[in-house]
Amino acid sequence: MMLSHWIIAPVVLPAVLAPLIVLAFRRDLTLQRVFSTAGTGALLVLALSLLVASAKGPELYRLGDWPAPFGIVLMLDRLSALMLVLTAGLALVVQLYAIGTGWDTRGKHFHALLQFQLMGLNGAFLTADAFNLFVFFEVLLIASYALMIHGAGGDRLRAGVQYVAFNLLGSSLFLIALALLYSVTGTLNMADLAVRIASLPEGDMALIRVGAVLLMLVFAIKGALVPLQFWLPGTYANAPGPVAALFAIMTKVGAYAMIRMGTLVFPPDVAATGELIADLLFWGALATLIVGAVGVLGATTLPRLAAFAAIASMGTLFLGVSSFTVQGITAALYYLIHSTLAGAALFLIADLIRTRQSGQGIAGRGLMACLYLAAAIALAGMPPLSGFLGKLMVMQVWAQDAALVWSVILVASFLMILGLARMGSDLFWKGPTEATPALPQPLALTATFALLAGVVALTVFAGPVTAWLQTTAAALIDPAAYIAANALPVVEAK
Amino acid sequence: MEALIAATIGLLTAGGIYLMLRARTFPVILGLTLLSYAVNVFIFISGRLAVNLPAIIDKSATAYTDPLPQALVLTAIVISFGMTAVLVLMALGAWLTTGHDRVDLEDGQ
Repeated sequence: MMLSHWIIAPVVLPAVLAPLIVLAFRRDLTLQRVFSTAGTGALLVLALSLLVASAKGPELYRLGDWPAPFGIVLMLDRLSALMLVLTAGLALVVQLYAIGTGWDTRGKHFHALLQFQLMGLNGAFLTADAFNLFVFFEVLLIASYALMIHGAGGDRLRAGVQYVAFNLLGSSLFLIALALLYSVTGTLNMADLAVRIASLPEGDMALIRVGAVLLMLVFAIKGALVPLQFWLPGTYANAPGPVAALFAIMTKVGAYAMIRMGTLVFPPDVAATGELIADLLFWGALATLIVGAVGVLGATTLPRLAAFAAIASMGTLFLGVSSFTVQGITAALYYLIHSTLAGAALFLIADLIRTRQSGQGIAGRGLMACLYLAAAIALAGMPPLSGFLGKLMVMQVWAQDAALVWSVILVASFLMILGLARMGSDLFWKGPTEATPALPQPLALTATFALLAGVVALTVFAGPVTAWLQTTAAALIDPAAYIAANALPVVEAK
Repeated sequence: MEALIAATIGLLTAGGIYLMLRARTFPVILGLTLLSYAVNVFIFISGRLAVNLPAIIDKSATAYTDPLPQALVLTAIVISFGMTAVLVLMALGAWLTTGHDRVDLEDGQ
């Protein structure tokens, strides 16, 4: 089959490109830029064609042609295709921004590291094997460690050490969870895990429950769910602007893994875990929303504000996920796309403002203020942009618990509006206002506008996008086709 | 045997967590290393304890031990080793640029 080999291309392309950039173009920044941008562009085209192909249903790719569950398999379905497109699109924008502002000249190997990061992200979205997911997590993490301290500086390095230590602890938990799951079920293929956990004897359920909660804890660390969010503000606020924007997709990896494992392996109707994960997620999400919103209100710098806004958006996202219904997952996925674009835009704007700030004020104050306003409206979830629609969808999901959930969402939105408005008036209305020399940054501005255009497009085409996401969510809630695509061998009952 | 391995994992984990809470880079790194040792042993025994049994096909073998955890633990060792090396280098860089080795950040960072 022709399609099947394209499935691994999003992993192979950056995996080939990154060493090529390091080895062959080490001394030539222009060639690095050309090849890296072309590679990410090709990745976007590839991801879009895989997105079209994924409409036909889940497609399996066997690594080394070993059948599941004995070999590692990749699986292309609507959700993974969606994440691939989002990753490639965001990476392209971030790359243009880094080239436009010269961030890629402030340290070595920016483009190679970005490609390694893409390899890890794409692999994590495509794999259908739990241990392979761990390996790709590590690939994307080790690239992110280096990207995070790109350009160095004392504070950035110290924040980086924190980030690495936190994630190493997370990796240890991940391994413990996987070992627990393996010791009970004897498999690590996700579909096989789903089948075996659904028909587990009573005596093994306690171990699986521990494994499931540990696994979800790891994804919660990645997704910055309270009380595991402490790594995020320091990391994002100290990371270089474009890298922080790229990291907008990193928290979504946690959300993706949570949606994948939560719907496939530990859905609420499985006896071993039941409503446990949904409950933990629900309360965690509410707390995340509040902590994020209060953080936005208390933030003293724009990068820190953007970091807390990212935490708040993860709260809204996980609220949608925690219902584990078609409607809830649809809302969560819509909000996921929105918050990736809007969150990344705010980090880029924060970086733009930082570079334009001088004793005389901000160069191009009016334009910056407009950009900030657009991103703030999107992030706070005010009409007319997609944040409002996303929030509305999440609120609809929890209509039966309106008293609690709606009030938390609305109070959090109000706090965020306050925080964003205060930061905006501090930045743009205080300080010297005399005319400052214009600072042309065409490529960087294009990149920022592209992200905001994405938010606008998501708002305008909300209808078709939601319809597509609804089909995606339905396939996640009823994963029979996903499991069948693995072609697992039939095991006779002992 | 079971008690010994369980106690080993427990002690390594406890020591690792204690050291990690010291908030200085060197103890944190040692703690993470101890923790990764504990995790490695834990993965290894997830295929059940077996004494003197081969992992690969052998004509004279009467039974086998599970080979998969051995492959998994190999991957885990390589990854945790590499990650620890990265962390050591970053900690060194942070110490050289800031002049101290505290892990925590000041307020407002």
